[in-house]
Amino acid sequence: MQQKYIGQPVSRVDGEAKVTGSAKYAAEFNVPKLRYGYVVNSTIAKGKIIKINLERAMAVQGVIKIYTHENRPSTAWLSFNYADMDAPPGKPFVPMHNNKIVYNGQPIAMIVAETFEQARYAASLVTVEYDKEEHESDLHAHLTEARLPKKGLATLLKPGPPKPKGEAEKIYEASPVKAAGTFVHGIEHHNPMEMFASTVVYEGEKKLTIFDKTQGTINCQLYVANVFGLPFKNVRVISHYVGGAFGSGLRPQYQLFLAVMASLDLKKSVRLSMNRHQMFTFGHRPATVQKTKFGANDVGKIQAINHESIGETSQFEDYTEIVVNWANMLYPSPNTKLQYKLKPLDVASPMDMRAPGGATGLHAVEVTIDELAYQAKMDPVDFRLLNYTDMDQTTEKPYSSKELKECFKQAADKFGWKNRNPEPRSMRRNHKLIGWGIATGIWEAMQLPTRAEAVLTADGKLTVSSATSDFGTGTYTVMAQIAADCMGMDLADVSFKLGDSDMPFAPISGGSFTAASTGTAVQAACLGLRKKLLKKAQKMVAAFTEAEFDDIDFTDSGLHLKNNSGPPLSYREIVAATKEKTLKSKNMGWPNAMKQRKFTRATHSAVFVEVEVDEDFGIVKVTRMVTAVAAGKILNPKTARSQILGGMVWGISKALREESVMDHRFGKFMNDSLAEYHLPVNADINDLEVIFVEEDDKIVNDLGIKGLGEIGLVAVPPAIANAVFHATGKRVNDLPITMDKVMDYASPLV
Amino acid sequence: MNSFTYTAAPDANTAAALLTADKHAQLIAGGTNLLDLMKENVAQPAALIDINNIDGLDGITTLDNGGLRLGALAHNADTAYHPLVEQKYPLLAKAILSGASAQLRNMATNGGNMMQRTRCYYFYDTSTPCNKREPGTGCSAIGGYNRIHAILGASDSCIATFPSDMCNALAALDATINVTGPEGDRVIAFTDFHRLPGDEPQLDNILKHGELITSIDLPKNGFEKNYAYLKLRDRTSYAFALVAIATGLELQDGLIKNARIACGGLAHKPWRKPEAEDYLIDKVPIKENFEAAADIILNGAMGYKDNAFKIELAKRAIVRNCLTAANLNN
Ligand SMILES: Cc1cc2nc3c(=O)[nH]c(=O)nc-3n(C[C@H](O)[C@H](O)[C@H](O)COP(=O)(O)OP(=O)(O)OC[C@H]3O[C@@H](n4cnc5c(N)ncnc54)[C@H](O)[C@@H]3O)c2cc1C
Ligand code: SF4
Repeated sequence: MQQKYIGQPVSRVDGEAKVTGSAKYAAEFNVPKLRYGYVVNSTIAKGKIIKINLERAMAVQGVIKIYTHENRPSTAWLSFNYADMDAPPGKPFVPMHNNKIVYNGQPIAMIVAETFEQARYAASLVTVEYDKEEHESDLHAHLTEARLPKKGLATLLKPGPPKPKGEAEKIYEASPVKAAGTFVHGIEHHNPMEMFASTVVYEGEKKLTIFDKTQGTINCQLYVANVFGLPFKNVRVISHYVGGAFGSGLRPQYQLFLAVMASLDLKKSVRLSMNRHQMFTFGHRPATVQKTKFGANDVGKIQAINHESIGETSQFEDYTEIVVNWANMLYPSPNTKLQYKLKPLDVASPMDMRAPGGATGLHAVEVTIDELAYQAKMDPVDFRLLNYTDMDQTTEKPYSSKELKECFKQAADKFGWKNRNPEPRSMRRNHKLIGWGIATGIWEAMQLPTRAEAVLTADGKLTVSSATSDFGTGTYTVMAQIAADCMGMDLADVSFKLGDSDMPFAPISGGSFTAASTGTAVQAACLGLRKKLLKKAQKMVAAFTEAEFDDIDFTDSGLHLKNNSGPPLSYREIVAATKEKTLKSKNMGWPNAMKQRKFTRATHSAVFVEVEVDEDFGIVKVTRMVTAVAAGKILNPKTARSQILGGMVWGISKALREESVMDHRFGKFMNDSLAEYHLPVNADINDLEVIFVEEDDKIVNDLGIKGLGEIGLVAVPPAIANAVFHATGKRVNDLPITMDKVMDYASPLV
Repeated sequence: MNSFTYTAAPDANTAAALLTADKHAQLIAGGTNLLDLMKENVAQPAALIDINNIDGLDGITTLDNGGLRLGALAHNADTAYHPLVEQKYPLLAKAILSGASAQLRNMATNGGNMMQRTRCYYFYDTSTPCNKREPGTGCSAIGGYNRIHAILGASDSCIATFPSDMCNALAALDATINVTGPEGDRVIAFTDFHRLPGDEPQLDNILKHGELITSIDLPKNGFEKNYAYLKLRDRTSYAFALVAIATGLELQDGLIKNARIACGGLAHKPWRKPEAEDYLIDKVPIKENFEAAADIILNGAMGYKDNAFKIELAKRAIVRNCLTAANLNN
């Protein structure tokens, strides 16, 4: 295959639709006689509903029906019917199941009205009487009650920590060089721009077309069919465009359940969208408290790694993520003790959020490593190189490829690291202390079985489809590039379609595995199509009859005999000669388990950061950052760069800005709006540079794709924290690093 | 959001009359604050009286005494970028431009800015008690999450802060406010306009129901030579002040001849302490003197669980900003 488009900075094929507004999102599909829902959420964290007063709401003009636990139509009885592809072990939350309140913000009633405004107004008139019970929502108050997580299907993709090796605690204590820390992360919410919405189009008895915001149309299709007892083929879920999701779309959210329920009950089309506050009433990145104790010998070789994490989960599901496995994947150590525990609280179930676990765990690991380097009196880069490994120590398998050393080199050069004075507080500009810090990133390169279909038509156009998603990642574009190269066609003649459960099977899109999984499927479908083309050609033209598959070049939209024994045959001619005037191939892209299982497959990054810290106010500003990424083949440096930039911005946000703050008296998030939940603004983002160090890795998959969704983020928070330490001499291990934590002050408190 | 009636008032008198006639009526100007509050069910006006069509309230004109009149309906952005404001009152321009975002400043009016309500999380959340929103229910911020709350002038009923940036500059400049109402016109000194919460935290200021702000007058002295505005917040833009300082100085022969220091984010109103300003008269503009002034300003400051850092932060901010105003900062 000649790579004409793969590796090129092709602009987003969906860019124009997005910037001109013609790209439609779930809440923008209009059908005649659409009804509008609006949800009422609980205002207590635990207890029972005694009474919901609906009289005033019912009296509002246009209100059609109000659903509560008392009158909602019955749905599936068994809990497993509610388990979606990303459901952790436990019993999934079922909206309005009964009168029990299990978290603050839980949906407890839904108004359906003729207009959105009527529904919203009526919702404001609903009052609820509760029998309140004591709730627990503060992780810090219950750390001693943490326990091991339950195991379930989700554990397959998210294995628990490996067994302890050696005597990590003892060796740590005896180590001449030691570093330890306690790391605190608050809760974060995904907050994509587009809020969750479902437009459910009632197509007749037991038949629905659903426009939903999701990272997995088939996941939602299965969920709806199972929960409401509908035949799969009668449920079509469409999600062509997703305005950001970051993991929040990996599970069907409550608006989907409620909109479908109302639509089936009323036999009408129904739309239900969430408002910004409601975006804080389902999954979140869990709060965690981590402890590290790393030890090294006299020459700086790591000999003990202790890393434990306690995260919160809900009372009904054991949400887990990989927090503590990373240190030993990056650094060899004969003694390791990794522990991961949960404490159930009266909150919504946490959910995967960009780089789940990695963004949390690597902060603790990489800050502890930085401290260890300081204790060993070594440069943090040199220290990492001394402890470098090409072997994943948790599985004792080699990496399929790992260009991390080269990442360090290129990023350090670009950044000018060699000019660094290692002494904390040694660099300044006027009132600003300057700090330079680095960190390493790692994320797994996963791949899941995915199916795609390639269709050639007589006009010479190719359409490839798969039920995967593009939530801004560039899937539309890179898949079209892969298909064009696989078929030897002009990109302009190729289009890729996604986001429709009627399309060939794709799993949920997350964990950085979409490009590798879907890319392999696209390649398989194109290969299938090429074989079919040859078969047809063999029947049409004598010169091709004897030709083997390998004797043909598939280029310029046609079949070319490599030995030039005859004229080429164009795809058009072949397709035109078929009865159906189309040629199709549907194929599964399988991960090559035989090759893959002997290796650990991962992406790596090296992040170099400069911060300015105002010496009086403690305000931290990231003035520049260089990220070098080794992530296999870069399909499209333009969309790839955007992915990494997004991760870097997120990293700034995680290190310095974001946190959902709960008032534990109410078990409620108090800054649940974009005015008070501080995401970075343009003025917070300065000079960001991205370097790709390509890897030629045929073990991950034929195309060498590893995935980029998470790797841009994971190392940024620790690199910033390490830079803050270099600037100030102070370790702030409690994220976000806000000014009050950096400035030194002693003030009277009431 | 509740249902309400809507009337566009043709002139100020009609607006005041309509307002007076209905206890539950409210004026709407740019709507950037009021509409948010309505969507959150915090404000539930029965009637909205739109004042945007009233002629003559959006001008910026010079006054005979050398001052400048800012129409209540002039937009924040138009005010900040007005040549006379840029030249003579750069402190005001800078304060305005440090607030909100370009889009909001384009919509927001000067009258509306003065009347904007607190950003206390509990005030916005109708599921929690709040004396300002529902007198007598209690103050959730005391004992709750109070990072953005007051360290000065608070009461047991409310520890909210007034969030405006523009008003810090107006307080420092000694502006006056022109108001019209059923009982005729009156003039209010800017520093008297906003009030401390006491046991009536539902009242942000002394404007009476039925009254309408028509304009704001700036005196001749704009402190355009030695001024500085500093806003410290949780992100570089588009966040309310944790601490904001407006400083104007007059220097002569190396001595301070006149000083104004107004602080935002610290109290229920822009905080000025004339004793601190008097203290600086005839002093040299050096760090130690500004520290002493800051101590006077912050005398009696009290911190709560999440905002105690603001006391020290405010002190350092006052000092830094005064040094900047005196051009002594590098
Ligand atoms: C996300 C966000 C961030 C913001 N950040 C900042 C910031 O950093 N700094 C800052 O200073 N501000 C900030 N603001 C607030 C903004 O400045 C105010 O919303 C704006 O100034 C209000 O003006 P308006 O004309 O839109 O008022 P409206 O919303 O129309 O009215 C507000 C109130 O004023 C009353 N009113 C309006 N005009 C008059 C009048 N002439 N006479 C009497 N009463 C009147 C109304 O009845 C209403 O009660 C922010 C706002 C938002 C939404
Ligand atoms: S500080 Fe004031 S506005 Fe905030 S909860 Fe207390 S009373 Fe309400």
